[in-house]
Amino acid sequence: MIMEKILFYCFAGILLFAATMVITVRNPVRAALFLVLAFFTSAAIWLMLEAEFLAISLVLVYVGAVLVLFLFVVMMLDIDTSALKEGFTRYLPLGLLVAVLIVLELIAVLGAANFGLDQVPAPVASDESNTKMLGRLLYTVYVYPFEIASVILTVAIVAAITLTLRPHKRKTQDPAQQVKVRSKDRVRLIKMASEKRQDGKGKP
Amino acid sequence: MIALSDFLIVAAILFSLSVAGIFLNRKNIIILLMCIELMLLAVNLNFIAFSYFAGDAAGQVFVFFILTVAAAEAAIGLAILVVLFRNLSTINVDALNRLKG
Repeated sequence: MIMEKILFYCFAGILLFAATMVITVRNPVRAALFLVLAFFTSAAIWLMLEAEFLAISLVLVYVGAVLVLFLFVVMMLDIDTSALKEGFTRYLPLGLLVAVLIVLELIAVLGAANFGLDQVPAPVASDESNTKMLGRLLYTVYVYPFEIASVILTVAIVAAITLTLRPHKRKTQDPAQQVKVRSKDRVRLIKMASEKRQDGKGKP
Repeated sequence: MIALSDFLIVAAILFSLSVAGIFLNRKNIIILLMCIELMLLAVNLNFIAFSYFAGDAAGQVFVFFILTVAAAEAAIGLAILVVLFRNLSTINVDALNRLKG
């Protein structure tokens, strides 16, 4: 029990530290790396909440794909970070004020008085596999949203490719043009008089 | 034993940190996208905590769909960012005033 509490506070501390670094570091590459740390740590917290499948998929899908995409884009673009950081100190008081207000309001609502162990006791651990439970729900009750999710992903692929593709600079083949071509379009026969060799040796 | 309120408060602090991040980095689109990802992470933590303490797996299904949509959003957002950088050679939000009229 005590061990669990220590682990939770460690993970929560690392998560909040990583989030703070994401919003304050100057270099976007470092921000992306701290975002990786934040996602990894929250995957650990999700494991403590017995959401094993989602924790693993967060690491695989998010850290493995989305954040690598972030890093890729950040490193691909040549960004002038000094111009982007101006106004940081100017908006620091306002940002901190809003953040602290949100935290205070949410703690007033979500604090131990309303959601503590007296009000919401911890459930007994179920012996059913988390993946099995989630899969059964996804393929029965939520099968229609599941298919919509796949459509959304397809649309995202198509949109991302069409946005970044530059068709006018690519070397392409047009099959219609290739079929339509005739030999007179490619080879031109011209009539001309034969010429003599300049040095006079050999036969002309 | 860790109470539900502990998880909710961690998620609340994470969410407000990302709100503060949007205030602080209002010129840099990449950091803004990262802050949106952090916000979604905080919301997902709420969903999973409630799902665990209520004993209902529907919350985890919701997180699954949020992850899907967030991945699509990040892919399209970064594609738009690349096109933007190609056209303007900067990702400063202040440079995005073509539609001002």
